[in-house]
Amino acid sequence: MTTTPTRTRPSASRTRGGIGESVGRPDGVPKVKGEFEYSSDLHVEGMLWGATLRSPHPHANIRSIYTSDAEAMAGVFAVLTHEDVPGRKVYGMEIPDQPVLAWEKVRYQGEAVALVAADHPETARLALGKIRVDYEVLEPVTDAETAMSEDAPKLHLSGNELRRVDVRHGDPEAAAEVVVEGEYEVGMQDQAFLGPESGLAIPDGEGGVDLYISTQWLHVDQDQVAESLDLPPEMVRLTLSGVGGAFGGREDLSMQIHACMLALHTSRPVKMVYGREESFHGHVHRHPAKMRYEHGATRDGKLTYVKANLIFDGGAYASSSNAVCLNAATFACGPYDVPNARIESHMLYTNNPPCGAMRGFGAVQVCFAHEAQMDKLAEKLGMDPVDLRLKNAIEPGMKFPFGQEVPYPAPVREILGRVREIPMPDEQEAMGRDLRELPGGVSNTTHGEGVRRGVGYAVGFKNIGFSAGFDDYSTARISLSIEDGEPVVRVYTAAAEVGQGLVMVQAQIARTELGVENVVVEAADTRTGSAGSTSASRQSYVTGAAVKEACEKVRERIFELVRDEFGESDELAIEDGNIISDGREIAPLMEILDDGEISEIVEFHHRATHPLDENGQGDAHFQFAFAAHRAVVEVDVELGLVRVVEIATTQDVGKVINPKALEGQIEGGIAQGLGLALMEEIRIQDGEIQNASFTDYLIPTILDMPPVKMEILELADPEAPYGLKGVGEPPTIASTPAIVAALRNATAMELGRIPVRPEHIIGIPKKPPDELPQPESSRYSGIGRLEDRRET
Amino acid sequence: MKRIHVKANGRDFEHEVEPRTLLVHYLRETLNLTGTMVGCNTSNCGACTILLDGESVKSCTMFAVQADGREITTVQGLAENGNWHPMQTAFHEQHGLQCGYCTPGMIMASISLLEENPDPSEEEIRDGLEGNYCRCTGYENIIKAVQQAAGQTS
Repeated sequence: MTTTPTRTRPSASRTRGGIGESVGRPDGVPKVKGEFEYSSDLHVEGMLWGATLRSPHPHANIRSIYTSDAEAMAGVFAVLTHEDVPGRKVYGMEIPDQPVLAWEKVRYQGEAVALVAADHPETARLALGKIRVDYEVLEPVTDAETAMSEDAPKLHLSGNELRRVDVRHGDPEAAAEVVVEGEYEVGMQDQAFLGPESGLAIPDGEGGVDLYISTQWLHVDQDQVAESLDLPPEMVRLTLSGVGGAFGGREDLSMQIHACMLALHTSRPVKMVYGREESFHGHVHRHPAKMRYEHGATRDGKLTYVKANLIFDGGAYASSSNAVCLNAATFACGPYDVPNARIESHMLYTNNPPCGAMRGFGAVQVCFAHEAQMDKLAEKLGMDPVDLRLKNAIEPGMKFPFGQEVPYPAPVREILGRVREIPMPDEQEAMGRDLRELPGGVSNTTHGEGVRRGVGYAVGFKNIGFSAGFDDYSTARISLSIEDGEPVVRVYTAAAEVGQGLVMVQAQIARTELGVENVVVEAADTRTGSAGSTSASRQSYVTGAAVKEACEKVRERIFELVRDEFGESDELAIEDGNIISDGREIAPLMEILDDGEISEIVEFHHRATHPLDENGQGDAHFQFAFAAHRAVVEVDVELGLVRVVEIATTQDVGKVINPKALEGQIEGGIAQGLGLALMEEIRIQDGEIQNASFTDYLIPTILDMPPVKMEILELADPEAPYGLKGVGEPPTIASTPAIVAALRNATAMELGRIPVRPEHIIGIPKKPPDELPQPESSRYSGIGRLEDRRET
Repeated sequence: MKRIHVKANGRDFEHEVEPRTLLVHYLRETLNLTGTMVGCNTSNCGACTILLDGESVKSCTMFAVQADGREITTVQGLAENGNWHPMQTAFHEQHGLQCGYCTPGMIMASISLLEENPDPSEEEIRDGLEGNYCRCTGYENIIKAVQQAAGQTS
């Protein structure tokens, strides 16, 4: 990683393990020892196992549910249906439209219908088979465009339109000298976190329940569980257990209410663990999209207008579709100066699996389209695609098409310019290579005759945190005390560590602010106020700011004590557990604190945002993050197989908190972008998932993922803690279109749909074959062998 | 039911098991070795990788009865007298993990890889770990961890 330190504020302290260092993750210790307790590892004596009966049909009326045979089985303790939901029968993060357990109707294949608690998981599974549900099967609505039509069956009382956002900017009749049109399609991606859903609910004997759960947002779960159990929130206590990845897929509920219902009904602890197949049915996915675009520009390459019609398949229930629809509308034009725009973003209900949050939500889909359009325009104008982007790059002080002023920093031009300057990987002769290094690896049946190389660029951006008027905040309590003769800082939040490294970031901030190396980040639970969601790349900023401000308050109280005791008037600091005044140590913290504890709590709210008006105008977002990618690919044009040779990226992160963890976030995000470009799609036929397993739903392996070259910019956001920006999502956004651009460069194919499959590559080319780029053996420098490729 | 004897992480065990019990479930549920994870149920992801007589296997691809009389090492048996195996240290120091769910299997597969090839090239590391999925890291820091454990970097 190359870091370009520009315009960043210095950190305050020299205490070891503060911000800017590649300190290890505190949870890395139990994780490498195999002692980290994921929710699937939890066990208490006497616990029962819960299981879920799911609808086999994507659309059906429920005539009746017979549970008697299941209830009569030995070892079965409870069989529950919608009649047993004590409180609100529906849930949902934004719109409560999803039944806890279906009644009257099921709207997608996999919808939960009944629950069982039994003394063994196999007993529970067998009992599910004894529940008889009499379905009247209905024709499913499986296409979002069909769902829009007047005569489509209404899937919800409110109709099939879940949300619509229009953005109207400038002159709708603007005419252009050059016009390009395109149609683009994004398949349904799965988060495919490695640890399937699981949780353990323990009744407290007094009518309340404790839930140990893998989730992204404890408090939104708590509110929804309490509502459906008809209990006050304080009787539903949630503790975060080990989370095996999330990526948006755990932002909505899976078995939270179910496990609690079974536990309260049986008065026994109940554990639920999904297998991989059930996991595919048990969480929301990335929204599939169909997007029609028209770009107008002047002959010298200045954008005149963008028109886009975006249609998203929200599936059967709302989940976070609202936010996806809004994000897509606001980012539809890309990070460009667009004087006139007309964007329609439609979100539809269908009988497909519900879709919701996934890394980059809303921005990922439109970035694939707007970047393809920019390449198409560059080709039509005979311009270099990066030069076209540079010419139209948005800058601070300009206005986004949704009316918000572009805040500093917005280094679109800088990241594009820099990513182009990163040295290209050497070209290698394909013929005679080790098979494993050809596109497709050992499944390549040729000698590499048809291998062509392509290069593609893309740039993308996204809002960090929750937008459009949502009161987005986080709560942190910091306690400083002396334990065993040493100062110790304890950090209490409800922020969900899902693998991204937030526990480490919190500890680094506390060390930096309090000058104490020994920092303990306590387990997240609902005893501390909400930290908001671990999503939208927001936790380092929002919970980071809450931790920082609480530390500052604790520090100020220490300084007051020092001033009282020593009468110091110079500026004070704490380093390595000592009070520093004017460069000299005046007292150890121990002496100041004595046996006392100093504790402060802060609720940090970021700058208010506002909903869009009827023309899609408003200050909807509070921070934007940008990343650019360059992909180099090799394509076997005879077989349609692809090898990504390298990804280069430049990203502005404001401030690097932990360099090695940042690298991991960027590389991991790129891997998911690569997956969407080339292989990841939940295939749905007539509303039914065809590939609910890792045998058939492919995620990138270590052989699919290429080396990444990265350059990091640190342009401080003046409002953010340390100037930092959220880093999790930008790597996923533009990596996908960069890879597809490289494929187009190698094949001259249109490739308007992702994931790009081999049959798309070997299909009928739009250009005549004699215009296709031909591999010239003279271009290659020699026969590449395994040892030649080793990185130095 | 069938009686089996195994040596797991240095300790001897004897249990009656149903012949259809998968080895990974025997490890997790009977021996309480929950450091070995189940990620996919279809032998794709490698989160359940262990060493059987020193060779890496996916413990969901075997029945417990097939481990009868054999020696098992899981991630929880790597540390000796409280000292971590160099591969554990390397994964921690190189940030070769995020959520950590793949880590136990990834560490075991990496140890097996270096056992066969103590000084692997980057390509050989990739070839050796292709049966283990990681959804978080993009694999780059995992490669660096294996290189560190092989003594190729500090």
